[in-house]
Amino acid sequence: MNPPTFQGFRRENGRVGIRNHVVILPVDDISNAACEAVAAHIKGTLALPHAYGRLQFGEDLELFFRTMIGTGANPNVAACVVIGIEPGWTQRIVDGIAKTGKPVAGFSIERYGDLQAVAMASRKAKDFVQAAGELQRQICALNELYISVKCGESDTTTGLASCPTVGNVIDKSVALGATASFGETTELTGGEHIVASKAVNAQVAAAFMKVWNNYNDLVLKEKTNDLSESQPTKGNIRGGLTTIEEKAMGNIEKLGRKTKFVGVLEPAEAPAGKGLWFMDTSSAAAEAVTLWAASGAVVHLFPTGQGNIVGHPILPVIKLSANPLTCSTMSEHIDLDVSAILRGEMTIDQAGDKLLEVMLRTCNGRLTAAEALGHREFVLTKLYRSA
Amino acid sequence: MPEFLMHDDQDTVGVAVVDIPAGREVTGRSLHGHATPKVKVLMDIPLGHKIALRDFAPGDTVLKYGVDIGRIVAPVKKGEPVHVHNLKTKRW
Repeated sequence: MNPPTFQGFRRENGRVGIRNHVVILPVDDISNAACEAVAAHIKGTLALPHAYGRLQFGEDLELFFRTMIGTGANPNVAACVVIGIEPGWTQRIVDGIAKTGKPVAGFSIERYGDLQAVAMASRKAKDFVQAAGELQRQICALNELYISVKCGESDTTTGLASCPTVGNVIDKSVALGATASFGETTELTGGEHIVASKAVNAQVAAAFMKVWNNYNDLVLKEKTNDLSESQPTKGNIRGGLTTIEEKAMGNIEKLGRKTKFVGVLEPAEAPAGKGLWFMDTSSAAAEAVTLWAASGAVVHLFPTGQGNIVGHPILPVIKLSANPLTCSTMSEHIDLDVSAILRGEMTIDQAGDKLLEVMLRTCNGRLTAAEALGHREFVLTKLYRSA
Repeated sequence: MPEFLMHDDQDTVGVAVVDIPAGREVTGRSLHGHATPKVKVLMDIPLGHKIALRDFAPGDTVLKYGVDIGRIVAPVKKGEPVHVHNLKTKRW
């Protein structure tokens, strides 16, 4: 079977995106105001304010640069203006993004002030947004897509229906040559041995177990109770989930029944090839989705039970739910209702075909519910305190 | 339509897929097996919550997806809800 096609944007480096954003990227917290001012002046641009970027060091700083460069480099971004307080780290991010070949320019605020920096950056942003408007969608194939998956506000219906639906799409897409990634390290606890058994070989299984053990050691060191109300969350518990083991087993349904994962990624690291990859992420939705966007994912599949409403500025997040209460009381957040599975009126395979169709329509340009509602959660993962 | 679902024939709890009032005798279905167990529900169980499919004593292991999802910490009768008041993680 030939992979299904969609209309996407093929970038300078050959990678395929499904959105055409011109991003105004702050290097640091104190440059947010300038970026938001540019985005207010120049219609069709998008500022990505965030809370960090000052005095970080070591592995935390490396993750910061990987996240910022990866976000600007994402194929859903046509061009990028970077603004920082000083020129050094600004240029480091500009140079990282420039490796993709896409238009990028940096501006710094010291020795200019906000007003002059905003004026200079706005002129460049105007050029970028006008040029981006002329880029045409082209026929692209499913095997050029990089899909990320993560669930949120899970309940027992996610394990029964919406997570297996995503797993079905992973099986179908990866078999046709797509790239995909799952993560949520702590949320595999209780099923880590099952995840390890889905690794393509013993080396990858050992690499996964090393990452999982490190995170589990952190939980055991920092915990003050059994994490009840944090993992599972209060919302998970309201939806009927009781223990981390139960939550993990539902989560793992997203990996599919046939697919083996081919490698282990650091947070925000880009996959080195096709197939399914494990990424070491937190299970907090906005943090994890931001890491996948920075690794180059262009579309995200998000099963929810009780109704997590997360979105991301540049990575469209497709929501599906099988909980009839959520689908009726929060319908504006749900892109696909698969509650018919619980009624025995739809199979997982049929639901997978429907989700694949919604995903391809989203790739063609249909806005997700989260995009239409303006959900733009851009949340950096912080490993430890700044200097 | 089934009123509760199990993931595996070995599961010792089922998940209500409708709100089930106390006193009702309900039939379940196993997603990856063939079991169609019947149970009389002893307390109201809301959609998404778990029903004990056997009696449990403290220390017993609960199976869902055919695997261990934690230990029972208070006695449970078949047909009663299983949740945070009587089931705890073995991990954290």
